[in-house]
Amino acid sequence: MLFTRTLDCLLKSRKTVTALHYSARNFAVTLSKMSEIEKKFVLPKRLEGAKRVVEYIQLALEHKPLNLGQGFPDFPPPKYVTDALSQVANGDNFMIHQYTRGFGHPRIVAALSKLYSKLLGREIKGQTEILTTLGAYEALFSTITGHVDVGDEVIIIEPFFDCYEPMVKYAGGVPRFIPLRMKSGGSKVCTSADWVLDKDELENLFNAKTKAIILNTPNNPLGKVFTEKELNQIADLCKKWNVLCISDEVYEWIVYEPNRHIRIATLPGMWERTITIGSAGKTFSVTGWKLGWAIGPENLMVNLQMIHQNSVYTGVTPIQEAVAIAFETELQRLGQDECYFVSISRELLSKRDYMAKFLQDVGMKPIIPEGRLLYDSRLVSSGSEKDKYKDYRFTKWMTKNVGLQGIPPTAFYSTPNKHLAENLVRYCFIKKDENLQGAAEILRKWKSNKN
Amino acid sequence: MSKSLIYFPRLQGAEKNMWKEYAQLAEEYKPVNLGLGFPDFSPPKFITDALSEVLKSNNPYLHQYAKPNGHVRLVNVLAKLYSKLLLREIDPDTEILATLGASEALFCAVSGLVDQGDEVIIIEPYFDVYVPLIKMAGGTPRFIALKPKPSTNNLSSSADWSFDVKELESLFNEKTKVIIVNTPNNPLGKVFDRSELTLIADLCKKWDVVCITDEVYEWMVFKPKEHIRMAGLPGMWERTVTVGSAGKTFCMTGWKVGWVYGPTRLLRSLQIVHQSAVFSGSTIEQEAVAVAFERELSLLGQNGSYFKKLEEGLRSKRDFMVKILLDTKMKPVIPDGGIFVIADWSQLESLVDLNSESDHNKDFRFTKWMVKNIGLQGIPPTVFYNENNKKIIENYVRFCFIKEEANLVKAQEALNRLKIL
Repeated sequence: MLFTRTLDCLLKSRKTVTALHYSARNFAVTLSKMSEIEKKFVLPKRLEGAKRVVEYIQLALEHKPLNLGQGFPDFPPPKYVTDALSQVANGDNFMIHQYTRGFGHPRIVAALSKLYSKLLGREIKGQTEILTTLGAYEALFSTITGHVDVGDEVIIIEPFFDCYEPMVKYAGGVPRFIPLRMKSGGSKVCTSADWVLDKDELENLFNAKTKAIILNTPNNPLGKVFTEKELNQIADLCKKWNVLCISDEVYEWIVYEPNRHIRIATLPGMWERTITIGSAGKTFSVTGWKLGWAIGPENLMVNLQMIHQNSVYTGVTPIQEAVAIAFETELQRLGQDECYFVSISRELLSKRDYMAKFLQDVGMKPIIPEGRLLYDSRLVSSGSEKDKYKDYRFTKWMTKNVGLQGIPPTAFYSTPNKHLAENLVRYCFIKKDENLQGAAEILRKWKSNKN
Repeated sequence: MSKSLIYFPRLQGAEKNMWKEYAQLAEEYKPVNLGLGFPDFSPPKFITDALSEVLKSNNPYLHQYAKPNGHVRLVNVLAKLYSKLLLREIDPDTEILATLGASEALFCAVSGLVDQGDEVIIIEPYFDVYVPLIKMAGGTPRFIALKPKPSTNNLSSSADWSFDVKELESLFNEKTKVIIVNTPNNPLGKVFDRSELTLIADLCKKWDVVCITDEVYEWMVFKPKEHIRMAGLPGMWERTVTVGSAGKTFCMTGWKVGWVYGPTRLLRSLQIVHQSAVFSGSTIEQEAVAVAFERELSLLGQNGSYFKKLEEGLRSKRDFMVKILLDTKMKPVIPDGGIFVIADWSQLESLVDLNSESDHNKDFRFTKWMVKNIGLQGIPPTVFYNENNKKIIENYVRFCFIKEEANLVKAQEALNRLKIL
């Protein structure tokens, strides 16, 4: 096995070596052959630019900071949701452990159909207008790969959830970026509503090659909840240029009053050109369950079905059954105080405000999100790391030296626009109170040590 | 929206799905269903118990995102298991990728390794998803059919089916990127032997080709045959990616936990596809599957081993299935592995009204007739061959026998109706 490790080291240094024969246990190989394999099996062209920011996961494992980085809760999901899965796992129906309907397990399709018919103000046909997927991530993948072809342009609003760009490139499409920009002359306390699209800039991006626009509302990482006026502007352009709207609404239930989540598919003329994506992981705080869905008109959904069928084929049966049970529970109390969709926003509102305060206390300038889980804060200093962008250096330095992890938001911007986010850091606050208090402590100590 | 009604070139060949049609037939006629390849009984208790235990855990992170390339506990035990089986030390961080089912593993393998214009050799009969996967990646499939050698006695075995060596050699050229080998094979049940795999391996080495081996039925190889892993052959570790499935291994096809292992330099590409398409797998399920594998690792080769019980139980089901087919004058091809058997129904052709159905291929017509007239569903195996070679298999039907005894007996009753025609 020593030979294997030596081999790996040699290949990494990419030295040309004379053919070396060696044998270890059952096999004999030549080094020259190995480097041939590497040359021939480089990443297929469509995967270039597909790498995501996963190095922070490794960083967290190594340094064990208080982690406000990745967007998921550090407390258990609601008990009735995990109970549903226990019930399913132990139930009499053992066929629940086998393949289910490829485009969506019937029970959850029925529940989603009921719910979204209400929310979208139209009768949704479960069989043809809903596709359940392995996470909203796969819904995005199936939508983009199913609709974007080589040379198609896809408009992406920045900051964007960082998988949009690689997915568009994977499909052979060309991403065209437009950043949300902070309105000048805003109030002292900045909110995500202060970040807006420039009307002319947006209009100029649409052309005959534009296939789709990806809308994320509430937005990750900013927390912006697009207003009806803003959505109408986008809708009008979609209609004018015959463009598909891919609406990533995974945070639809995390919207802080008095803001309201508006579904672009409900705007006039938009149902027929919108695919709306949702997530059980975000809805029920079970990001590890990997269940999502896409909803849209039959003729558009067919493309997603084809990709889905030929990539993952089916979803996870027991998970879909359990989430169906959870949805059935919520449908009965929709809009009421006990409804999880209502209570989660209330719970998070106080966490949002708590975090806003302790960030301000240490001299950072939070952008108060109207929805969602995360923050950006203006940085007060940079770190001493070697990365190109300041926010990377800052966040890495913070992890290693202060023991608090955030995410560098330039990851959510295209290269020309990264300067807009270099002085920002993203923190997630869907965390236990004690961890938020711990974060506050860490930052206060850091500030007093600096003084 | 006229733009979206156009099917892109990439998606051609990915549309029509026989499975949907047969699922609808099953809905309507409610036959004894030996069509689809999944068990109709409960997975082993130790694994549903493992899931329950995991759900009772206080660890909230089990319900949140898993490490993208695979939940740590799972990749560690898989590395241990396959290190043992392949006699090499496998790195859980870089040489294993846990996926959302073997389906996704196959998708990552093909998408990660095949580029525009590459040729991919497929051995027929092939699991029908291979072709759309190759086309989606911009590759060109090249086919070689397994054909039956004339058998010396009445009993035909999957070992009698093989590929012509010269024909295989002629398929390899500079454009060949990948060859896909499915062993044990669906639907034939063929377990490729060492000499066959070595022939393929030699060609891979000669032409610098990577082998994707689909080994989802690796634990379903009937004694005295043994499953041979391509990755373990001389010089093949560095050019093989191997796909495995918890769904097939533990009889729980609905859980969608799979994996692929191989050398770091090849796995890197698969990891990127995985991160682009689904990002990470399901955490609790990976944890439960890890617990199950830890149990099996400790019992490997011993009497308490589930893998052992699985082989024994499945072998007796196979024997029963072969017997009831022989009783009807069908000629089954005795599978050496897997969960399917194909049977030649030529002797019965005169007894059934094939004209009652309108499909182009005879096996489609036979299987539909069977559903409607004797209440038994099987799958038409021409779907596993490309157009030019469908003739080889037109007189066959595929049955799945990983079914509980009561249903196999019902299948026998349905087949007996053929005797009185």
